[in-house]
Amino acid sequence: MDWKALFLSLELAAWTVAILLPVSVLMGRFLAVRSFRGKGLVEALVMLPLVLPPTVFGFYMLLAFGRNAPLGALWQQMFGHQLVFSFEGLVLASVIFNLPFAIQPAQRGFEAIPVALREAASCCGMSPWRALWRVELPLAWPGLMTAMVLTFAHTLGEFGIVLMVGGSIPGETKTIAIAIYDRVQAFDDRGAGIMAATLVAISLATITLTYALSARVGRRLS
Amino acid sequence: MTLSVSIRADAPIPLDLAFDVAPGELMALVGPSGSGKTTILRSIAGLWTPTTARVSAGGGVWLDTQARVNLPPHRRKVGIVFQSYALFPHMTAAQNVMAAMPIADRDEAERLLALVNLHDLSDRKPAQLSGGQQQRVAVARALARRPDVLLLDEPFSAVDRATREKLHAGIIALRAHLNMPVVLVTHDMNEAQLLADRMLVIDRGRSLRGGTTAQVMADPEALRAMGIREVAALLPAVISGPEEDGLTRLDTATGPLFLPGVQGAPGTRLRVRIMAHEVILSRARPVGLSAQNIVPATITALVSGEGPGLMVHLAVGDTEILARITRRAAAEMALAPGDTVHAVLKAMSVARDHILAAPPQDSAAR
Repeated sequence: MDWKALFLSLELAAWTVAILLPVSVLMGRFLAVRSFRGKGLVEALVMLPLVLPPTVFGFYMLLAFGRNAPLGALWQQMFGHQLVFSFEGLVLASVIFNLPFAIQPAQRGFEAIPVALREAASCCGMSPWRALWRVELPLAWPGLMTAMVLTFAHTLGEFGIVLMVGGSIPGETKTIAIAIYDRVQAFDDRGAGIMAATLVAISLATITLTYALSARVGRRLS
Repeated sequence: MTLSVSIRADAPIPLDLAFDVAPGELMALVGPSGSGKTTILRSIAGLWTPTTARVSAGGGVWLDTQARVNLPPHRRKVGIVFQSYALFPHMTAAQNVMAAMPIADRDEAERLLALVNLHDLSDRKPAQLSGGQQQRVAVARALARRPDVLLLDEPFSAVDRATREKLHAGIIALRAHLNMPVVLVTHDMNEAQLLADRMLVIDRGRSLRGGTTAQVMADPEALRAMGIREVAALLPAVISGPEEDGLTRLDTATGPLFLPGVQGAPGTRLRVRIMAHEVILSRARPVGLSAQNIVPATITALVSGEGPGLMVHLAVGDTEILARITRRAAAEMALAPGDTVHAVLKAMSVARDHILAAPPQDSAAR
């Protein structure tokens, strides 16, 4: 059992969720409330990672993270090591790759709030931030919960992108999914089986727990 | 502080009007749906910005498109009751009220809920309240900000008739606490006439006629927009007491009126809405008639419109009632201003929701 790989996967999933939570709140709300020219294009761009093969996506990430690209070069200058084949690069790729899983449910959650409630909040003297905190977040909560669960579970299971952008450096970019693949390649069916079962158990427990929690929140709200 | 509004806009609805509402005054914006009433209310609240407009209230300017002043809704001290009430579903009644306070104050929330007769339901969520109770929470929430202007957007349209009567009475009872300008949007003439001090009839975004309810009711042009069958006069009355047969005796300027289904303690001042098309005129005092309410009156004016109808203005003591009869009938009876006639009112023709307690500023029935 490769515990290091498991913890790396959990760490990656936790970082991805932590970064995407505020992003999905802001972007999801923006897309739900505003209408503007090119909104369809923005929504399509957000959804793009869902339809592209991880190899295509990973290829472009590799190009963007490389030392010859502006982003990669800037990173190298600021932190002294390259972005590809690093944990930070993996987090960045994971964040972008999970945009549809985070933003789409959050957007639906905000869209479900009647316009009159937002208007009532501002006519109650609430500033936009206060209205977001007191009225919109509690009501959009089920959508945000779904977004975070999907992101977490999807990151745990991600394989192609991790392989393309991260390689398989133990303790840095070798996640549990990669470790399982390594074990299978090495004909270690027992090792692969244990890790696969562990991943199934953790994923199932995470999703069950969050849905149970969100059901409780839902009861409190209604 | 007076609410002062002037609005000009081309889209989505052409608007061109101006009006003032004094503190403590309730003004009704009436007109058919699509006439722009709600848009006017939204412009006052800051939920919509017209092309050219000026709104001032509470001693400050909220919107002045020429001076580029446009306060967002949360910086306008406005209380609004939405047609759908728009209560926050995840908060209890008391939390909804407190949500509109700069600093949450539970005691003040309970006081406001008691004011709308909901003190024992303050811990219920909106889903656990009836439509009428939700409306009263919305009213309490609108007052929680101590608003400079209170806006009511068709607040009685989502409930059944019996509940509506109670809510009407609730607003009348609340009037003593409403010392800010109040604007009521409604398409219901009965509601406007019973609740409001003044009316502004809106038609396709323009103010057709503004003034006291009596003035608007006497205006043929305003009447065309509202529907001629809505024409009615308000007769001030005081409850005298119940009769043995179930009717209630009301004292009016010209003698008693007997009406069914009137609730209230003796001495209660009322407004009774007398529909013009329900009034029958007679030269001689009729005898052997099933209608029991016969009121002597003096004709002050005869106003004919485009159709075969004629509006007869009658002085009853120092109040005015209106009778809508045909021009043919008026000719046969040779009616002329100054004549004395008898107005016949059928007791059963006064609908229960056409009788309401008088607002506090009505002086005792004259």
